[in-house]
Amino acid sequence: MLLGQDGVTNGAIYALLALALVLVFAVTRVIFIPQGEFVAYGALTLAMIEAGRLPGTVWLLLAAGVLVVALDGLDALRRGGVGRLMKVVGWNIVYPLALVALMRFVPTDTWPLAAKVALTMAVVVPLGPMIYRVAYQPVAEASVLILLIVSVAVHVAMVGLALLFFGAEGSRTSAFSDASFTVGPMMVSGQSLWVIGTSLALIVALALFFGRTIYGKALRATAINRAGARLMGISPALAGRLTFMLAALIGALSGVLIAPIATIYYDTGFLIGLKGFVAAIIGGLASYPIAALGAILVGVLEAFSSFWASAYKEVIVFTLIIPVLVWRSLTSHHVEEDE
Amino acid sequence: MSTPASSRVATSPGSAGAGLLRVLPWLLLGLLLLVPATLSPFYVTLLNYIGLYAMVALGLVLLTGVGGLTSFGQGAFVGLGAYTTAVLSTSETLPGWMAWAGGSPWLALVIGLVLTAVIAVVLGSLTLKLSGHYLPLGTIAWGISLYFLFGTMEVLGGHTGLTGIPPISLFGWELNEGGEIFYLIWAFLLVAILTTSNLLDSREGRAIRALKGGRVMAESMGVDTSRSRMIIFVIAALHAAASGWLYAHMQRFVNPTPFGLHIGIEFLFMAVVGGAGHVWGAVIGAAVITILKQWLQDLLPALFGASGNFEVIVFGVMMVIILQRAPNGLWPILTHWWPDANAKRKVDAGAAPLPRREMPKAGEVLLSAIDVTRKFGGLVANNKMNLSVAAGEILALIGPNGAGKSTMFNQVSGVDTPTSGEVLFRGQDVAGKTSREVARMGMSRTFQHVRLLADMSVLENVAIGTHMRGSKSVLPAAWRLDRAEEARLLAEAARQIERVGLAEHMFDAAGSLALGQQRILEIARALCSDPCLLLLDEPAAGLRYREKQILGDLLKKLRGEGMAILLVEHDMDFVMGLVDRVVVMEFGEKIAEGLPEEVQKNPAVLEAYLGGVA
Repeated sequence: MLLGQDGVTNGAIYALLALALVLVFAVTRVIFIPQGEFVAYGALTLAMIEAGRLPGTVWLLLAAGVLVVALDGLDALRRGGVGRLMKVVGWNIVYPLALVALMRFVPTDTWPLAAKVALTMAVVVPLGPMIYRVAYQPVAEASVLILLIVSVAVHVAMVGLALLFFGAEGSRTSAFSDASFTVGPMMVSGQSLWVIGTSLALIVALALFFGRTIYGKALRATAINRAGARLMGISPALAGRLTFMLAALIGALSGVLIAPIATIYYDTGFLIGLKGFVAAIIGGLASYPIAALGAILVGVLEAFSSFWASAYKEVIVFTLIIPVLVWRSLTSHHVEEDE
Repeated sequence: MSTPASSRVATSPGSAGAGLLRVLPWLLLGLLLLVPATLSPFYVTLLNYIGLYAMVALGLVLLTGVGGLTSFGQGAFVGLGAYTTAVLSTSETLPGWMAWAGGSPWLALVIGLVLTAVIAVVLGSLTLKLSGHYLPLGTIAWGISLYFLFGTMEVLGGHTGLTGIPPISLFGWELNEGGEIFYLIWAFLLVAILTTSNLLDSREGRAIRALKGGRVMAESMGVDTSRSRMIIFVIAALHAAASGWLYAHMQRFVNPTPFGLHIGIEFLFMAVVGGAGHVWGAVIGAAVITILKQWLQDLLPALFGASGNFEVIVFGVMMVIILQRAPNGLWPILTHWWPDANAKRKVDAGAAPLPRREMPKAGEVLLSAIDVTRKFGGLVANNKMNLSVAAGEILALIGPNGAGKSTMFNQVSGVDTPTSGEVLFRGQDVAGKTSREVARMGMSRTFQHVRLLADMSVLENVAIGTHMRGSKSVLPAAWRLDRAEEARLLAEAARQIERVGLAEHMFDAAGSLALGQQRILEIARALCSDPCLLLLDEPAAGLRYREKQILGDLLKKLRGEGMAILLVEHDMDFVMGLVDRVVVMEFGEKIAEGLPEEVQKNPAVLEAYLGGVA
């Protein structure tokens, strides 16, 4: 039962990541390998804030912001005049500078946990759209294969930067809740409830976002038919940035959620992200509900294999995709032209 | 990498500036021989690594640059080669049934390659039928799994690894020193480069080069593209395993670290940086990344005041910039000023013609569609359509936009399967057959939206059509034992090009032709497969008046030779002067059939085309 609970808790995280991966792939055709890095960035940025140190991610935010202004500044000036340029500069340079100043001069480590989490989000989430702008947008029309190689390159760079920012030591953050409950024969920790509850809340929020809001509908339209959506005036660049913002949000939030239950190292994100991938592949990179169920399966399988055959834990989890691929392979007959 | 610009490596140097091109390789080879005697051990070791990595990257050039697939798991294949030989040559106590395999590194190489091939085939059969991105994802999972397996299995020495691997001996010469194994490494690499370029310039090679962006076309020319994908995946894995074998005997010990996923990613970077469509790009890429890594590993930790693999930051950023700015890598930039190696190649007009299939007698009904109905949900695209085409006859299928002509064309050509009714071709049912099988039966087609490989020459594009008429496969191609057959295939392609009137463009890139000429090219390609029925999807669209006349004459000539031709067409003038019979469709149904002049007067046809009798 304890294993099952562990499994479901981890599975909830994998489910969030799988949803983000399916979303990013559907809208932009990017196989988003760096998804896991946002988990590590979220967790470790929070840990740095708790330790009262200035997280390196905020400098990355500033650097990425400067790049975005370099790429977009002239265009903004030409199209929208000074006002538009100021907006670009404001979001990409002034905002990161404000965060640096805040963390430097205000003792944020004494803030309540919720405020720290919000601050972490404020630092990590904007990285998503900025990375889309800098790395992906110039090659947005390239083949899935090229986008995948770009993803791997971004992943590799982000891991290297994480080592630079956070060092090689792992970190844990304080729990959201130390409470634990006894439900029948089971001990349920408060943190597990937080993880599962937040995941569910986020999934519902995403469902509402996609079902009810204009931006959500725009993203869905783009996912179904890129050219069509473009003709309807939905900018692919906007859709890309919005998607990457959601992905970064989901990643960073996942990181913040698991940081109290697992020690996170600079390169932990990759493996976590890949498990999200296994789940997403179970759903064929297309189905949200199957991906979420797959994620729970991955989590439970991982929990049990780490108990019964801990040395082979990763091997077992990653071998799970083989039967999935066999099944997919048997059900597909057509020769398709790869995009 | 949107352009599979492999043509430059795949053809032999032409006359212009060939002197330099011919001398240069020998000059470089001579320099290479002198390396161990003249350079310090540090540089010899560096060159050894470059050679080893270039071999792996070469496999990725074939897989990624040419074939449009990719793998992040090459590091694991290198590990497979290395660990196989490490276990077999160090373990004193191989179990009885394996004792025969111990002791000889060369035997271990063979075993390692066989093992790798088996695993690659299994892995490939899991992912290669799916769309392109499942293979890289599968190889990531495989790379991670094998890495953890290397690290946890007792037999493999866990994370400390295996030591005491003996050196390779070659005719009694023990390759102990870096300067000695240097020759073996570079000999392996050069042979690999040579055989890969040979392969690309062959019947199989054309099929492989069609994988990126031309799968549907290649299938309709009888190429088994799944098999071609498998071939390049296995070849890439074998290159990696051979590199691992050399690595193990150079280092004399193995541990899991050099075979992890991050190394697999670096291999891919090498291929992309060098130029993923070029065999020599692999060497350039391996050299750039290896030297850069060496340099950054000294520089960055000192700069940042911390230890760690910070070079990956630079690599990652560099890759993004290269993919955005120079997606074909460094090799095309380096060779930009070289004389064009893709100059005219000789076609041996005297090569014996290929055997031809027995043509059916004139008047024999080849194709008959009987009550073909195709529904898409509630939409009936074709309703009880009947038509037949006989040898020596041209039948036109016409109708206004949306009449269901293209759907009908797909039913007949085996691309789609009718909901009910049947399509018989020479007495055999077409339904459920792949386009490959249909092609083998003697039906060949062109596409409404031209499908050709823009960077390949007209000759090579057309030669894809001859695929079914040759049989020489990978190994003969790699070692140039296929030249007699290849000459016959190319001669056939050249004949068909002359026949359709494109002879002056034989060696131009297919993408440089005008649309009308590209359509004609497709007909030449279809003719190369020696069909008895030609299916032409709007062949006259985009053609100028003169081109239409030439096309019409060609089709008449083919008809005279007993060919059956079914064409879907919009152009009434073109159709009326040419064809024997016309079938008119509207709303998915046949509204008229008969001689062109009869159909022209048919009130139902006039109604459909002009909205009423004038």
